[in-house]
Amino acid sequence: MPYYVALEFMPGPSAFDEMTNADGSVREPYRVLEQWLKEQKPQALGLMAADAEGIFRRLGITFAVYGSNEGTEKLIPFDIIPRIISAIEWRKLSKGIEQRVRALNAFLHDIYHRQEILKAGRVPEKLILNNSAFCPEMMGLDPARGIYSHIIGVDLVRVSPDEWYVLEDNLRTPSGVSYMLEDREAMLQLAPDLFQRTKVAPVETYPENLRRTLESVAPRGASGSPTLAVLTPGIYNSAYFEHSFLADQMGAELCEGQDLFVENGKVYMRTTTGPRRVDVIYRRIDDDYLDPLTFKPDSMLGVPGLFDAYRAGNVTLVNAPGTGIADDKAVYTYVPEIIEFYLGEKALLSNVPTYNCTKPDERAYVLEHIAELVVKEVHGSGGYGMLVGPTSTREQHELFRNKIIERPDNYIVQPTLALSTCPTYVDAGIAPRHVDLRPYVLVGDQIRITPGGLTRVALKEGSLVVNSSQGGGTKDTWVLED
Amino acid sequence: MLGRTAQNLFWLSRYIERAENMARLLEVGYRMSLTSQREGGASEHLVSMLRAAEVDEDFERKHEVADVANVSQFMLFDETNPSSVRSCLLAARTNARSVRTALTSDMWESLNSAWLEFASIDPRETTGSRLVELLRWVRTVSHRYRGALLSTFLRDDGYAFSQIGNFVERADNTARILDMKYYVLLPRTDLIGGDVDIQQWTLILRAASAHRSYRHVYHDRFKAWNIADYLILRPEMPRSLIFSIGWINRTLDMLEEIYGGKGAGHAAAAEVTAMLEGNSMDRIFAYGLHDFLTEFISKNNQITEAIAESYNFY
Repeated sequence: MPYYVALEFMPGPSAFDEMTNADGSVREPYRVLEQWLKEQKPQALGLMAADAEGIFRRLGITFAVYGSNEGTEKLIPFDIIPRIISAIEWRKLSKGIEQRVRALNAFLHDIYHRQEILKAGRVPEKLILNNSAFCPEMMGLDPARGIYSHIIGVDLVRVSPDEWYVLEDNLRTPSGVSYMLEDREAMLQLAPDLFQRTKVAPVETYPENLRRTLESVAPRGASGSPTLAVLTPGIYNSAYFEHSFLADQMGAELCEGQDLFVENGKVYMRTTTGPRRVDVIYRRIDDDYLDPLTFKPDSMLGVPGLFDAYRAGNVTLVNAPGTGIADDKAVYTYVPEIIEFYLGEKALLSNVPTYNCTKPDERAYVLEHIAELVVKEVHGSGGYGMLVGPTSTREQHELFRNKIIERPDNYIVQPTLALSTCPTYVDAGIAPRHVDLRPYVLVGDQIRITPGGLTRVALKEGSLVVNSSQGGGTKDTWVLED
Repeated sequence: MLGRTAQNLFWLSRYIERAENMARLLEVGYRMSLTSQREGGASEHLVSMLRAAEVDEDFERKHEVADVANVSQFMLFDETNPSSVRSCLLAARTNARSVRTALTSDMWESLNSAWLEFASIDPRETTGSRLVELLRWVRTVSHRYRGALLSTFLRDDGYAFSQIGNFVERADNTARILDMKYYVLLPRTDLIGGDVDIQQWTLILRAASAHRSYRHVYHDRFKAWNIADYLILRPEMPRSLIFSIGWINRTLDMLEEIYGGKGAGHAAAAEVTAMLEGNSMDRIFAYGLHDFLTEFISKNNQITEAIAESYNFY
């Protein structure tokens, strides 16, 4: 028997383990890793884990947890054992991802123009037009190249060798890409010999590809090398590290709202030598806070007049405002329809089957079986306000039953998926922990998908919640090359 | 470069320089309090040190007794004291976080690890020899940052702003140290100082890390006149007023070259320069040392205002 026995561990019976088959044999993509693990003395892994923590702390790679009293910055735990995906598996996945982001961008264009899909009755009109994520200000506006969501994270989970499900799409401001890049950096530092034994597709091209993507959607009339800015809410934002990291890696200016101003419909930054025109803004602040003149009037984070400059075609906002309508949890259930409608193809990646609580028969099923199900708030994110039935108490079940009865449209419900597990370094040695995967997609002059993405791992034994705010960690994610 | 970035770089360097100077002052105050012969003398030294740092009133609002424990807590750890080492390091790191993309990773890491190390110190365990060790550590933090800066930072406008901040702060500190004990530096008829004077002079030199280099420059015993000369007019002394303004002038010239024009900072720095270049201690003493230093501090401050104006700090 392979590594699990040596480290006194067997994968749980219910979940698919990405390294070890039920009979104890090791799956092909993990053979090199298994060999390498066998050669390591147990203490060596402990030292590596400690080194990793040192590396991340020194670099200041932190995130903030809202509502935490232990200071504003925390380290996201990094697991030293990489997650590995074969070249064949990746090709299949990336085709499915590409199809999905094409369809979702076509959907956004349609929703903010002729709304054919609503007229055809394929998506209920009420669901879109009454949705708080729908942005009427975007109606009739033509963004550069017709692209709305340029930077997308697709959350995937795996339940068997051939079954991946899309858990959700992130088309607003997906975060975490800096962890993907830093995890690789750390892994290269910690286990260089492991990389010499196998060919891993690079992720380091992401910042350059991001730059190219942003440049390719510059407004007409911008110079050959457009001025790029990353717009951040500032150092107290939970993802500030990532904002500064990406600006740095791309060679873009990292701006706060106060650094930008609009004059005669054009956007400028305040520099030491006076105003300088800005062409493309990769904004990491929410729609509502972008421009106090158009959206929330009390926003201190945004830039007054920014939306008018955008509407006039003098600046490109990445991602466009209003993309949330395509990743809303209620719209999610229609994505297979959306793909068929715009591309005339069957969806290559499946959605997780989802119960609609506004339908009486489905609601009845949900209320009866809540202990087996996962309940998510339609507008929630970050693992807040959700219920994982099997790991929750009776009181929590009852609480969510009442919530659903009160506001059935506010929740979607899914079966509890047996998320795949990956070998993970824990205090006791190596143990299987549940993981998900967020690949990052860039949409500009072409669609570029970074091989791999961010693997999040639920470090608590048996836990299915991978969010960093709920005790999740990350892993370096390898896509092997042929 | 964003005006805000320039501003952050300027203040980042100022805060690090200030943290170093606060540690120097406290070390001197601590030493003097240990060796003071007279009753109440220890407290007097500590209070004059607080006065030099211009935090004496804040201190008195919080503490009744100026003893080593209270003063060192206040100067090192007090969050309400904007000049405490803690406040300086935190402000430096906060500024650094805002302009992280403008810093080299060596600079960032030196600040980040300094803050993390400082945050892990238990204030209750910083007495006696531990205190002296901690103060030495604060100086090395500043040296580490400055070393990282000088050996890795691109020589562009960002460098220029960081240097102006650094030396405006240093000049300000040196002037305050001198002003704290200006009366013991006044020329008197008895040219040979008594023990108390010598002790005070040593204090001043120590606060500027100049008590050993003094001998190399003057080949003489400590004399009030020389000490004032050393810290005001000696261009080879890296904490002297004239050295600091010289560095500021060269940096402003560099900015002029990068931006293709002079700003208001040049005029403000020229006024400070005029107070020093071609001046002599004879004339400064005739003018009045205290008045001279007060005027210097005020003109030096105007450099900050002038460059904030010209380069769009906000």
